Amino acid sequence: MQATIKTAAEPDPPPAEPHRARPVRLLLLLPFVAMLAVPTFNFAEPALFGLPFFYWYQLLWILICSALIGVVYIVEGGSERR
Amino acid sequence: MNWTATTIFIALFLFVTALGFFAAQWRKGDLDLLHEWGLGGRRFGTMVAWFLLGGDLYTAYTFIAVPALVFGAGALGFFAVPYTIVVYPILYVVFPRLWAVAHRHGYVTAADFVRGRFGNRWLALAVAVTGLLATMPYIALQLVGMEVVIGALGFQAEGFAADLPLIIAFVILAAFTYTSGLRAPAMIAVVKDVLVYITVIAAVIVVPMELGGYAKIFAAVPVAKLTLPTPPAGSLGSYSAYATLALGSACALFLYPHSITGVLSSSGAGVIRRNAAILPAYSFVLGLLALLGFMVLAMGVAQNPAYAEGFRRYGSNYAIPALFLAAFPSWFVGVAFAAVAIGALVPAAIMSIASANTFTRNIWREFLNPACTDAQEAGVAKIVSLVVKVGALFFIIFLPQQYAIQLQLLGGVWIIQTGPAVMLGLFFRFFNGWALLAGWAAGIVTGTWMAAMLNFRASVYPLHVLGITIPGYAALYSVLVNVAVAAALSVLLNALAPDRHLDVTTAADYG
Repeated sequence: MQATIKTAAEPDPPPAEPHRARPVRLLLLLPFVAMLAVPTFNFAEPALFGLPFFYWYQLLWILICSALIGVVYIVEGGSERR
Repeated sequence: MNWTATTIFIALFLFVTALGFFAAQWRKGDLDLLHEWGLGGRRFGTMVAWFLLGGDLYTAYTFIAVPALVFGAGALGFFAVPYTIVVYPILYVVFPRLWAVAHRHGYVTAADFVRGRFGNRWLALAVAVTGLLATMPYIALQLVGMEVVIGALGFQAEGFAADLPLIIAFVILAAFTYTSGLRAPAMIAVVKDVLVYITVIAAVIVVPMELGGYAKIFAAVPVAKLTLPTPPAGSLGSYSAYATLALGSACALFLYPHSITGVLSSSGAGVIRRNAAILPAYSFVLGLLALLGFMVLAMGVAQNPAYAEGFRRYGSNYAIPALFLAAFPSWFVGVAFAAVAIGALVPAAIMSIASANTFTRNIWREFLNPACTDAQEAGVAKIVSLVVKVGALFFIIFLPQQYAIQLQLLGGVWIIQTGPAVMLGLFFRFFNGWALLAGWAAGIVTGTWMAAMLNFRASVYPLHVLGITIPGYAALYSVLVNVAVAAALSVLLNALAPDRHLDVTTAADYG
């Protein structure tokens, strides 16, 4: 947290890798919100292929979370980095 | 004795044994260097890391215990799924930074990083000792998984002979870990994971076919187990328990030494980011396995007199082996049980290597023999990996299994206390090293006290706040105490005795 006081005359520093605000990463909060809000999915109905809602909904979130991380990875240009 | 299954089981076990020794030749490196023996030379690419981390994190014990919990407790046991969901955003955001700084400075363990970041050898010692204490019972529990399937094969003897298969398995494990280091579990993990995927896919197709579909399976489950019970008035009941178990377990998972060993063995930070997106495939398998717990209920396996002896010996941990015995032909039982036993070898090997790395780097070299050569360091680590395994074996053979389970439960409460130094330390240098040490101590005491209040039988502590009860995972509550103490003392100590100049890392090291 070394605060550097910048005057208007100084040029912008090159974007530093750490601590750069990356709004796309906010997507990664969605799995936390969805999975910790337990009362929103603690139901048996509607069932899917015989699986109660409680189970298929959380299994579905495994796929959603994986996809969200994939999106963040691509937006951040991860595939071009090592 | 089930001969067909046993023959297949032994054949697969011998195959991975050969693989374990052969692994020393794979991507050959100088195994007299700790990062070659103990981190596979930091050379594992995306696919190998995927198999290695999958084999490392989703252990045989998980595969036995999660369905057993669902079988016994119903919906609450399914918290393993949200747990293994939210863990991956954490992996994506936090741990590529650890890889980068570790690569730059040659760190092999979490305590290495803490030592460099905060320049405080006592804080590093606390992180190292916590890692060792949390891992030991975890290794012992891998043996429980193996013990149950060996018993289920029909091998029942008394006295020393009863423990013989387990001892043989562990001698083999110890030998190839010693010679090949982390390369052995990395190679075996591929076989293990293929066997696990085949077994689980077969189970979720075959068993519902025999039982007439998922709807029928869930119709046979008591309503009380189907969803979480609605909390009573004045309490958040099972809702907060479920959510905090998932979140707390997720925060703790990548702090375990074996997880960090897996992360640091990757060939780049990008490997970790890609794995955060593809490792959830294992979570899906775990979710399907958890559902097998209900299939055990629906099949009435527990009421079948053929399995009464197994349930008597192993409790609900026998649920999954009994289901396989009931649903599969003998030869496939062999495959499924081999998946569990080999699934125990992989994490047990990585855990013992991680413990050996930690002891050698952060206790032996730091405090006992600072002048040692690199070859001596690697030599000590190899011997420690043997000692750790013998310790785990004695634990399982001579102490009641309940002790290992209770200690592993405490291990989760303890390991999370290293989180502020390791995870927050990767982002901020606000915290003072001594303040983090005080926070660690406060967290350990609080968490252990909460567990003691629950007689070490459970980890959900009923916290009373403003007249309502919020049952929650003791690890999460105690780490909040930890962070609060560390932050408050950091404000004070940063004014009185700042230690930021001791940081040997720079902002650029983390990218």
